[in-house]
Amino acid sequence: MNRFLSQERLPVLITSVVAIAMFLIAGFKYDNFLTLRVFFNLFSDNAFLGIVAVGLTFVILTGGIDLSVGSMVGCSSIMLATLIRDSQVAPPLAVGIVLAFGCLIGLTQGFLIARFELQPFLVTLAGLFLCRGIALRISQQSVQIDHPLFDQWASFSIALPQKSSLSFAALLLFLVVGIGWYLSRLRPFGRAIYAIGGNRQSAELMGVPVRKTLIGAYVISGICAALGGVVFTLYTQSGNAVSGTGLELDAIAAVVIGGTLLRGGYGSVPGSLLGVCVLGIVQTAITFDGTLSSWWTKIVIGVLLLGFLLLQRWIESAALSRRALAPSGTN
Amino acid sequence: MSESTPLLHLQGIDKRFPGVHALKGIDFELETEEIHALLGENGAGKSTLIKVLTGVHAADGGSICIEGRQIAPRNPNEAVTFGISTVYQEVNLAPNLSVAENICLGREPRNVFGIDWRAVGERTKSALNRVGLRVDPQRLVGDISIAEQQLVAIARALDVEAKVLILDEPTSSLDQDEVAQLFATLRRLREEGMGIIFVTHFLDQVYEISDRITVLRNGERIGTFQTDELPRIELVSHMIGRSAESLEHGAMASHEVSGHEPFLTVTNFGKRGSVQDLNFEIRSGEVIGLAGLLGSGRTETARLLFGIDHGTEGGYQLDNRSAHLTPRSAISRGVGLNVEDRKAEGIFPGLSIRENMVVVAQVKRRWWQRISTAEQKQVADEYVSALQLQPPNTDRNIENLSGGNQQKALLGRWLAVEPRLLLLDEPTRGIDIGAKFEIMALVERLRLEGKSFVFISSELSEVIRVSSRIVVLRDRRAVTTISRAEANEEAVVAAIAKHE
Amino acid sequence: MKSMPSWIYALGALIFVLLFNAFATPGFFEINVLDGRLFGSVIDILNRVAPVALLSLGMTLVIATRGVDLSVGAVMAMSGAVAASLIARPEGNILLGLNFGDSVFLIVLAGLVTGLLCGLFNGLLVSRARIQPIVATLLLMVAGRGVAQLISDGQIITFSAPAFASIARGATLGMPNPFWIVVLFAAVILVLTRWTALGLFIESLGSNPIAARNVGINTGALLLFVYSVTGVCAGMAGMIAAADIQGADANNAGLYLELDAILAVSVGGTLLSGGRFSLVGTLIGAILMQTLTTTILTRGVAPELTLVVKALVVLAVCLLQSPTFLHMLRPKKVAA
Repeated sequence: MNRFLSQERLPVLITSVVAIAMFLIAGFKYDNFLTLRVFFNLFSDNAFLGIVAVGLTFVILTGGIDLSVGSMVGCSSIMLATLIRDSQVAPPLAVGIVLAFGCLIGLTQGFLIARFELQPFLVTLAGLFLCRGIALRISQQSVQIDHPLFDQWASFSIALPQKSSLSFAALLLFLVVGIGWYLSRLRPFGRAIYAIGGNRQSAELMGVPVRKTLIGAYVISGICAALGGVVFTLYTQSGNAVSGTGLELDAIAAVVIGGTLLRGGYGSVPGSLLGVCVLGIVQTAITFDGTLSSWWTKIVIGVLLLGFLLLQRWIESAALSRRALAPSGTN
Repeated sequence: MSESTPLLHLQGIDKRFPGVHALKGIDFELETEEIHALLGENGAGKSTLIKVLTGVHAADGGSICIEGRQIAPRNPNEAVTFGISTVYQEVNLAPNLSVAENICLGREPRNVFGIDWRAVGERTKSALNRVGLRVDPQRLVGDISIAEQQLVAIARALDVEAKVLILDEPTSSLDQDEVAQLFATLRRLREEGMGIIFVTHFLDQVYEISDRITVLRNGERIGTFQTDELPRIELVSHMIGRSAESLEHGAMASHEVSGHEPFLTVTNFGKRGSVQDLNFEIRSGEVIGLAGLLGSGRTETARLLFGIDHGTEGGYQLDNRSAHLTPRSAISRGVGLNVEDRKAEGIFPGLSIRENMVVVAQVKRRWWQRISTAEQKQVADEYVSALQLQPPNTDRNIENLSGGNQQKALLGRWLAVEPRLLLLDEPTRGIDIGAKFEIMALVERLRLEGKSFVFISSELSEVIRVSSRIVVLRDRRAVTTISRAEANEEAVVAAIAKHE
Repeated sequence: MKSMPSWIYALGALIFVLLFNAFATPGFFEINVLDGRLFGSVIDILNRVAPVALLSLGMTLVIATRGVDLSVGAVMAMSGAVAASLIARPEGNILLGLNFGDSVFLIVLAGLVTGLLCGLFNGLLVSRARIQPIVATLLLMVAGRGVAQLISDGQIITFSAPAFASIARGATLGMPNPFWIVVLFAAVILVLTRWTALGLFIESLGSNPIAARNVGINTGALLLFVYSVTGVCAGMAGMIAAADIQGADANNAGLYLELDAILAVSVGGTLLSGGRFSLVGTLIGAILMQTLTTTILTRGVAPELTLVVKALVVLAVCLLQSPTFLHMLRPKKVAA
């Protein structure tokens, strides 16, 4: 069997081809699209989505789902802004508190899911309500942030050729993807994540610390979502309790388009970054066009998602029939 | 075997579950360089004993000593650290990870950067060598055969310093060559000084490989015997608690089929990649036995005949008309299939015994004509008493039934629609010997009423006992047909084993 | 041996909340008659619960088949947009070709057909393409609001059509119309599932899909059926929502209601792992959730706390359905 075109790699390969093709087509269609500036802005503009998607990838790899990430972004955004403006907390400490909060929510969700074998879908649905409720409780108004250090972070960027640049947010995104890749590939924790996604009972009997690993996945997702909220706040320079509404869907779409199977076990962290790029290109192209209304973004993402889901099904059934046809036995 | 401390010594192991006294003070000894078969019918307590030994359950009483040291494993991982490794019946590996990753999962060698993939490769190589498996360590486990997976699981179990290896029905999905390969590995491990506990349903294998046999029944230890000193018939009577004589059965009656025309004919029928060259016909009042090794295409044949899978070649004629069946149309034309895997493909857990039993009748009657609850009760009660299903309360959840009684309920499901042809795929698997005989008697009774069957069983003696004709499958092809008059174990085994 | 119905906890909780209100909220059970129409908190609950109750009726069947339909909120938005466009007939709208005049019947029919088409789409993805339900319906959840905006040209279409508005605002025999709509839908779905064998088939399919195919149940058609029913229910809920505000808001109509519906179903005792379902339980669950919301609002608690309360209810229900959790509770009781 061709390992290169395996169940794991083929979707990522196709996503890459689609991403490049879309970038080129948009480049021919719209002036100034095919530039480094547009390319690097993809990462700056979608850093928060990317960071959230990386965390979500871990959860989805275990075969679970985390619906709370969107409202976590809103919650951490408003929390950060209020801490800095009203409570006069130094930004680094405020970020620390917000990340700790994300960790706590992730820990709670993970504990309930792992310890009591509750459905991830429902527990994180409760998390969605809870975070949004807390966020709205903190403030229903948008909170502006005026803090020199925070402004410094927001305006920091590395200049690159052709007037392009990489913002602080984009650098954070790359860092998070790097850490995510390291955890998933080079730590036993990552192997355990994959093993649980492949077959939870087996993983248990093979001595994988299933509970700890599951909790770990939701903690990572919680922290990433909180960090996503921080980056979103940097991007808008203000905190808003309703930011991130529906973001969980974009994040899931990015992860799926990036080649991770929703049933768990197959996929990768860099793939999710690729998925975010695809969503970003769609968004940017529609903005460039100017005549297309913004809702086309949703429709195009829906169509793309459909395409990739059908593709996943096709690959899976091809793999199944290949297995059925494979001669059994070692002789 | 040394007279000193045994490798593994269980004393007075006691385990209770709510309502069940699963283990009643079991003693068990395992020596080094020994393969010890652990036998017993379902519910005898084998799996509970193994789960206590591997730390899945905690014993309520008794002690476990390994090399004279008392241990109390709290989970499978801890049992492994005490030197007890287990390979389960259903292969427990991560199908989405490679062979190498599976062997090292949870105990990956590390360097400063994380997992040391080079060391993983080396360890995998030596582990695979030890079980004599040659397979690319980079392949995904889901892509290799079940037999190879089984060996990978053993390689994984041996990757740690195992002193005791427990094999829980490791051969149930292997064919003859694969079993031979496995046994060669086991013998080598025995020579290396390991103690092996071997759980199986296949008596042939017990006699082939084991040094001693311990028999459990109803949570009690019946005895431990030297294998070469225990006649087969005695072993069986120990297992089922009946005297040996009652198991001998009288001469087989002949199956006279009075001049009926065949209603089902398959000619060169098959599906590429599944099973091919099926050639037989079925008359009413006939039982067609399918014999062959596991993987020879028996289940596939049943699935093709019932229309779960669709034939790609040859002809399938029902009532002299070419048929392209789906399960639905098969049922409406009087064909039923009692599946092999009861739990995964047969029962509806959470629904009542009654609903489980009437569902096919309801499908046949169409959805808009609901069978009333009173009528459902009547139908279910009729087959509960006909099949002596225990307990007889049909409002209970089917999950509360034992395996044998679930099997009866599933049979009742089909009998309630009186199919003229019922395909029985391993109807006797995993149920008590007593229930096995009841099911075979039932087949004979219905055959006399003019019903037909296709009977699939891994137990040759059962196939021979009930079948009018035996179709022998080999390598996913029907190779020959043996009539009832000529059918005996030697003839069938010869047909199965024949090399061309 | 007859076991207690699965919705007993929900009923207990509902009675508890009602009792609480009887003592703590003055006038909670007061009912006034005005112009032959009943008014009061209890009536208000029965009125407001209608959209969620409709969604959760369909959702019950979907969940019983081991599925879930996340798109119902977006479907509400779509059917609302269709209805609003047909009534208000804004310039340049893509539905200008259809002129149903003032016929409320035809407009409602168009809304229901919209829901039906969405349901069929979901059903086809689940049954034919074999995509997991969460994912398959996520698709329409994402794209559906885009389509709704496409239909309404990205604007909030408002209209003034008393006949149509009476769907949500009118009353019949003293009770608000949405209440009767729920009663009608509940009755039809109950008859469809319990007076025929569809209920047994749905439960079989949810209990063991492979076995269901093996006994000849037409699982594909059944899935198509349950998703279509849910689509039609969502279409009707969309009509009520549009009639209530006399307009269609593609962004906010039905937002998060899919979650409320799932919540109502699971509170009502239908396991999310499929199999046995209870429509009565679902209705009790929906009413319980609405009663909680109303209680919070009438007691002057900050409305955003309803979200927190819902979260806690979800967790409580999950824990009560978890065998592991119940198992853990038991030995403690014995020890104490």
